[in-house]
Amino acid sequence: MTAAPVLIIGARSDIGMALAHRYAAAGHPVQLAARASKGLEADAANIALRHGTSASVHEIDILEPESFAAFLDSLPQLPHVAICVVGLLGDQATSQTDIAAAQLTMRSNYEGPALLTGLIAERFAARGSGTIIGISSVAGERGRASNYVYGSAKAGYTAFLSGLRNRLSKTGVHVMTVLPGFVRTRMTAGMDLPARLTAEPAAVAEAIFRAATKQRDVIYVKPVWRLVMAIIRAIPEGIFKGTKL
Amino acid sequence: MMLSGWGRFPQQWCALHQPRDEAEVRAAMATGPRIARGNGRGYGDCAMQRNATIEMRRFNRMLAFEEETGQLVTEAGVLLAEVIDTFLPRGWFPPVTPGTKFVTIGGMVAADVHGKNHHRDGTFGRFVDWIDLMGEDGEVRRCSPQENAELFAWTIGGMGLTGVILRVAFRLRRVESAWIRQTTLPARNLDHVMALFEENGAATYSVAWIDCLNTGSGLGRSALMLGEHACADELSRTRRNAPFSVPAKRSRTMPVDLPRAALNRMTVKAFNALYYRNARAAAGDALVDWDSYFYPLDAILEWNRIYGARGFMQFQCVLPLDSAHAGLTELLRAIIASGEGSFLSVLKRMGAEHGPFSFPMEGYTLALDFPFSSGTARLMERLDAITLDHGGRFYLAKDARMSAATLRRADPRADVLAKVRRDAGLANFRSSQSERLCL
Repeated sequence: MTAAPVLIIGARSDIGMALAHRYAAAGHPVQLAARASKGLEADAANIALRHGTSASVHEIDILEPESFAAFLDSLPQLPHVAICVVGLLGDQATSQTDIAAAQLTMRSNYEGPALLTGLIAERFAARGSGTIIGISSVAGERGRASNYVYGSAKAGYTAFLSGLRNRLSKTGVHVMTVLPGFVRTRMTAGMDLPARLTAEPAAVAEAIFRAATKQRDVIYVKPVWRLVMAIIRAIPEGIFKGTKL
Repeated sequence: MMLSGWGRFPQQWCALHQPRDEAEVRAAMATGPRIARGNGRGYGDCAMQRNATIEMRRFNRMLAFEEETGQLVTEAGVLLAEVIDTFLPRGWFPPVTPGTKFVTIGGMVAADVHGKNHHRDGTFGRFVDWIDLMGEDGEVRRCSPQENAELFAWTIGGMGLTGVILRVAFRLRRVESAWIRQTTLPARNLDHVMALFEENGAATYSVAWIDCLNTGSGLGRSALMLGEHACADELSRTRRNAPFSVPAKRSRTMPVDLPRAALNRMTVKAFNALYYRNARAAAGDALVDWDSYFYPLDAILEWNRIYGARGFMQFQCVLPLDSAHAGLTELLRAIIASGEGSFLSVLKRMGAEHGPFSFPMEGYTLALDFPFSSGTARLMERLDAITLDHGGRFYLAKDARMSAATLRRADPRADVLAKVRRDAGLANFRSSQSERLCL
C-alpha cells in the first residue's frame, strides 16, 4: 500500500510536530496546518529530509470557521488521516472575569476544532473512508475549579467526537478520541508535573499512532490516567464540590 | 541548574536557557555574559557560563541537502548521530567525526573537531561551507570564506567565543557501505608505532591505542588500527544486498557511579594488558560496522560514570613532528612515575595545521584520561610542562584546569583571539573556560 497522507491541524504544537515525525517515519506524506504557517517551512524541510517523505505546509486559523471549506479544498489531496491537535490552555483566573479570554478558550478548544473536524468527517463520509483523531483532554471528564473553562470546552469536544463516532460507525470512517494527561510541552512549561502521570510528546505520538492502527475509540496516553479519571468521575458531587483537585 | 561537562569536573550552577527560536536566543543573550552549549560533550567548562548558558539542542532541524555536492544544512543543535542515522542509509557519511556521535554540529564547529582521518583530511572545519552566526547585536550573519571571512575563520575552533552558531552548511562524503575494513597492527613500543604511523600515511583512518603503564623496552607498546570504508564488493554476498544495514546493537547504560576504588592501578593495568593481548590476537584484517569502529564507547551510555562521582580529567596535547618522539617518551615516563593509570590512551598522527585557532598541528597527539584526585592535578601540571618544553599545545575541548599562563606559553594565537574578540566587541560571549584562560 502506498502510504496515505496525514493532515495535522495545529502542527506547530509539540504533540503535533511529534505526530508529524511519527507518521512521516512510517512513510506517510504529511500536511502541516497551522496559523502563521510560514514558520513551519523549516519543519517541513526537516521532516522531508529525515524521513524521505513529502511534507507540505498549509495556513489555517481555527477561529475562522468560514475559511475551513477553502482550506480543505486547498490541500494537495484529501488526507486519509486527519488529526486535530489544536488547543489553548488559557488562564482560569483570567477567564473567570474576562469574557473575551473565556470566549477565546472556548472557541479554540471547542468551536473551531469541532466545526473543522465535522467538516472533514463529511468529506471522509462521502468518500467512505478515513480516520479522524481528535486530541481532547482528561480535563473534560469532570469540571474542576482550577480549569473548568478549558475543561468544559474539552468536554464539549469529547462529546462531539463521541457523537461523530456513533453516527459514522457504519460508514468506514473511524473516529478516535485522545485524552492525554499531562504532557511535557510548551503548554505546560514551568508547571510542576508529577513524573508518573506525565508523558513526553514523542510518547504521546507513538501511543496515538499505534492506537489508530488498531482502530481504538478512546485512548488515554498513559494507562494510569484511565484509573485516575475513573476515580475522579466516581466521587459523589456532594463530596467532589468540597475538594481541591 | 548544576552543569558540568562530560568529565563531570568542574560542576557549577548556571542559568540554563533552552531557546526554540532566534528571538529566544536574543532574549537569553540580553541577560549579559553568555555561552552557547551543545550536547555537553566538551569535557571541562567550555560550555558553561553562570550568567547564561544557552543550550542549543532545540535547534534540531535539518534544513536542506544537495545530492550533487553532498552539502547538508542543519541547525546547530542537530546531533551527529542523527545525521548518520538519516544519511548513511543513503550512502553518505560525515567527513570528519570525533570519538562520540553524541555531539552537536554546532559543537563540532566550535571545537573544530578532528578524527581518525586528520592526517589526510584535516578537521571538520575544512568541510564547512558557511555558518549563520548571531552576534552581540542580535543580528544573524552568514559567514563563509567569501562573506565575513575573518569571523568565519575564528568561529571554526573558536569555542563559541565569536557568537552563537545557529546553522551550519557542511559537506558529507559518499560511502559505499556502512562497514570499515580494519587492519590492526601491534607495535612493540613507541618507536615501532611511530614508524607504523609514518608508513601508513595513506590510510584513510588511523589511530593507536597506547598502553601507558608498560615500561622499559616496551614503553609505548600500542595497537595501531587502520581503517578504510569498505566498498560494496568487499562485502559478503548477503551483506552486499543491504550494504548500509548493520546488525542491531544493544546499548547499555552505566547504571551507577562506580566507587573510586574500582579504577585503580591494578584494574587499569589489567585492562590495558588485556586490550593489548586482544589487539595482538586480532591482528590483521576485519570488517567492522561503522558504530563499533568509530564509537566503541557510545555503546555504553553514560560511560563517564565509571570514573565515579568525582569525575575525571582529560589531557590531550599535540607535539610537533620533530620533538614528538622525545616529548611522548617523557610524557609516558611521567605517567608511569606518577602511578596514575590512564584508562584509555590514544595516540594519533596529525596532519597540517589549519585555521587561526584550531587545535591540531602537524605532529602527534596524545589523549589521556585520569580519575580525578589530588595526585592527578600534580601529574597534569607535569604533563603541561613537558608539552610546553617540546613546543606542543593543548585541546581546549578537553581542558578543565589549565592556567591562562600555560595556554599563552603553548599558543601565541590565544592573544590574537583575545584581541579579535576585544576589537569586535565580542567579550560577552564567554564561558567559564574562557574566563579562566583570559581569552
